[in-house]
Amino acid sequence: MNAQQTTTNQLPEKKYIRSHEPIFWGLFGAGGMLTAFLTPVMVLVTGLLIPLGLIDAEHLSYEKLHQFVSSWYGAPIVLVLVALPLWHTLHRIFHSLHDLGIKRGRDWQQVICYGFAFAVSVFVFTLLLQMLSL
Amino acid sequence: MSKRKPYQREMNNDWWLKNAFYSKYMIREGSSILITLYSLILAWGVFRLSQGEEAFNAWLSALQHPISIIFHLLVLLIALYHTITWFSLAPKAVDLYIKGKPLDAKFIVAGHYISFIIVTIFCLVVIML
Repeated sequence: MNAQQTTTNQLPEKKYIRSHEPIFWGLFGAGGMLTAFLTPVMVLVTGLLIPLGLIDAEHLSYEKLHQFVSSWYGAPIVLVLVALPLWHTLHRIFHSLHDLGIKRGRDWQQVICYGFAFAVSVFVFTLLLQMLSL
Repeated sequence: MSKRKPYQREMNNDWWLKNAFYSKYMIREGSSILITLYSLILAWGVFRLSQGEEAFNAWLSALQHPISIIFHLLVLLIALYHTITWFSLAPKAVDLYIKGKPLDAKFIVAGHYISFIIVTIFCLVVIML
């Protein structure tokens, strides 16, 4: 017992380095949830039903969509629907690069992957802000 | 510099093709590529929307191209695959206890599928309002 106590007294306090992973993992999880629940129906509507004319294109007309997107509630919804899946997919792509054995420039791979999601988010955010009418 | 030369097991890049489990894992990860492209198409749609009616209608008619239809069909299939894998992992993330007993994984997965169906029908109804 005594020996153990002396060793613990001598140990310097451990310094913890905070990781930024929880932020990206949180966005990854939220994006994955959204992708799982909403992406199939979104693809079905915008990519198949409307282009094929199975749903009248009037339902996604410029007037209707612009009105929705420029409202205070429509803008954040569109931002989340468009940008959040990217934080999910680019997190996965970043980790898949490791799985495929691409070892060079891991830190730059991370900057490019999350930076891409960030850039598109800012792009959409700016456009929505520009269209917003309160 | 360390003079140590640890043994590194050789790992070829096609490791995931040799085992069905790993292949499925890589297909799930690969779904990200198509979903990224789909998100970019939507982001472009927002950009065209901001440019006015003519630009937005051009974006809409571009979506009618056969290549676009085939692409969206692929995205739909792979997105559904992502949904299935996501829901099958859900019990590990949810981990609910009722009166001290763990809730059966079946119920958690089923709950996700039921919510998924409700959300899908809800969205289809909302878009047609």
